[in-house]
Amino acid sequence: MHFTMNLNNDIVLAAIERRFPGAILAHSTPYGMLTLETTRENILEMMRFVKEDPELQAGFLTTLCAIQYPNNPGREMGMIYHLHSLVHNFRFRIKVFFPIADPTIASMTALWPAANWMERQEYDFFGVQFIGHPDLRRILNVDDLDVFPMRKEYRMEDGTRTDKDDRFFGRDGHEGREFD
Amino acid sequence: MQVQSYFSSLDNLDGELSTLNLGPTHPATHGIFQNVLKMDGERIVSAEPTIGYIHRAFEKIAERRPYNQITPLTDRMNYCSSPINNMGWHMTVEKLIQCELPKRAEYMRVIIMELARVSDHLVCNSVIGVDTGALTGFTYMFQERERIYEMFEEVCGSRLTTNIGRIGGMERDFTPRFHKLFRDFMATFPARFEEFNNLLERNRIFMDRTIGAGPISAERALAYGFTGPNLRAAGVDYDVRVMTPYSAYNDFEFDIPVGKDGDTYDRFMVRQEEIRQSLRIITQAYNNLPEGPYHADVPDFYLPEKPDVYTKMEALIYHFKVVMQETPIPVGEVYHCVEAGNGELGFYLISDGGRTPYRLHFRRPCFIYYQAYPEMVRGSMLSDAILTMSSMNVIAGELDA
Repeated sequence: MHFTMNLNNDIVLAAIERRFPGAILAHSTPYGMLTLETTRENILEMMRFVKEDPELQAGFLTTLCAIQYPNNPGREMGMIYHLHSLVHNFRFRIKVFFPIADPTIASMTALWPAANWMERQEYDFFGVQFIGHPDLRRILNVDDLDVFPMRKEYRMEDGTRTDKDDRFFGRDGHEGREFD
Repeated sequence: MQVQSYFSSLDNLDGELSTLNLGPTHPATHGIFQNVLKMDGERIVSAEPTIGYIHRAFEKIAERRPYNQITPLTDRMNYCSSPINNMGWHMTVEKLIQCELPKRAEYMRVIIMELARVSDHLVCNSVIGVDTGALTGFTYMFQERERIYEMFEEVCGSRLTTNIGRIGGMERDFTPRFHKLFRDFMATFPARFEEFNNLLERNRIFMDRTIGAGPISAERALAYGFTGPNLRAAGVDYDVRVMTPYSAYNDFEFDIPVGKDGDTYDRFMVRQEEIRQSLRIITQAYNNLPEGPYHADVPDFYLPEKPDVYTKMEALIYHFKVVMQETPIPVGEVYHCVEAGNGELGFYLISDGGRTPYRLHFRRPCFIYYQAYPEMVRGSMLSDAILTMSSMNVIAGELDA
């Protein structure tokens, strides 16, 4: 085992940029963690690259999760991947956004068997369709559930309650309420 | 290795496979999960796990709970070591609001978290003993776990689902009774633990039952996202306390035990050694416990002293604001992870400035590594599969969230 160099945000960003010119739509470092945004077309190859590249060796898939922003037209759904290079002890995350009308994205099961249940869970919660997943079934909820319960349109409380809408949680209230 | 190649030749199959339904409420699985096994005699051909029997939608509920009300949700994930979950969550919020804790609070947290790790490992390892037919060690070690729970009771009032500590530090200082219980425990536990250890570690029956049962290679373990003692048993020395130190773990000296074969015996041995290392950390933290406040000065999140609420206007205002969630929350996203009893427990928190998380995702270690179970038990005997499961430390509450 050889420790070539310690990675930092700039090195990782430059390495990915070099391999995928123009594929990084945005980048930032919230609370110090490098966060990239890319597209559905690039995500699988980018993940393969960071996993197998001898410099980065980001071979550990820490976790993945879906997220929904109902007010971002064409980018309502998102997937967020947390990666960890154990050799360099460097963590970063990659995000992809896509329309909720076509919630499809490549499965990471070809790269990590660990992605199998993680993706089944996000399918179960948000209805993200993972292309290439060997067994995309619900995992935590019952098989015949006909909704994707983590989507924002499904409120936690009884819909007739008026004391529990978003205004009471410090938000302006239009989010979620449009589905009432 | 011989086990893995059992089905490489079809000659071993006599053509009559049976289906065995193990669970959902099987006493040997120590939790509610089902495995539908295809059996060739007593050998497992394939396993199909079903999980989710105690799914409570914590990620959804968390989107409608203010930050301090999410702590009790985290209790109910890995309920064998709830304090680690609680404090992992507190630290996540503290990272978001950029709150520094006084040293005393950090040391107190380390003591509590390591006690929780000891009790978590005690449950797991003594249950491995039970599943090999050795019940006695389990009855001894549960008395020790009881003493740890009594300490938790002193610090937070509850035992299993602890809701221990607060955002910004600890809820109360260690009480005189805690100190007494703690000193008693530290004086007598190590010898009793070694007694338990001696019952199993070199016990021929135990070794025969566990060595080679449910092995996994380091490479496969990493591919499956293993963390914690299960990964270390396979020979990878990844421990969050060392790689990404949180609280005051930088201040203490301890070793990371690793195994070699990733089998049930190695998992058992790694946990046994981790208990000793935890005791080392606890001793260092307790002997060097700094004086000073046991919580940070974050009135926006930390409830004021109750008597002050009745006598001081400022305390009353902050009390009201904390209870009514009138607290400004920064916009941002943080990932924070802690070394829980069974691996890297991560909290990915996205705040849009609302009083509740916009999205909170839990990286639950046993949810991720339990999916390797069918691969680990393929070709083994049913009784080995039971042992493999108990040695993986799969906690149903965390598995199903």
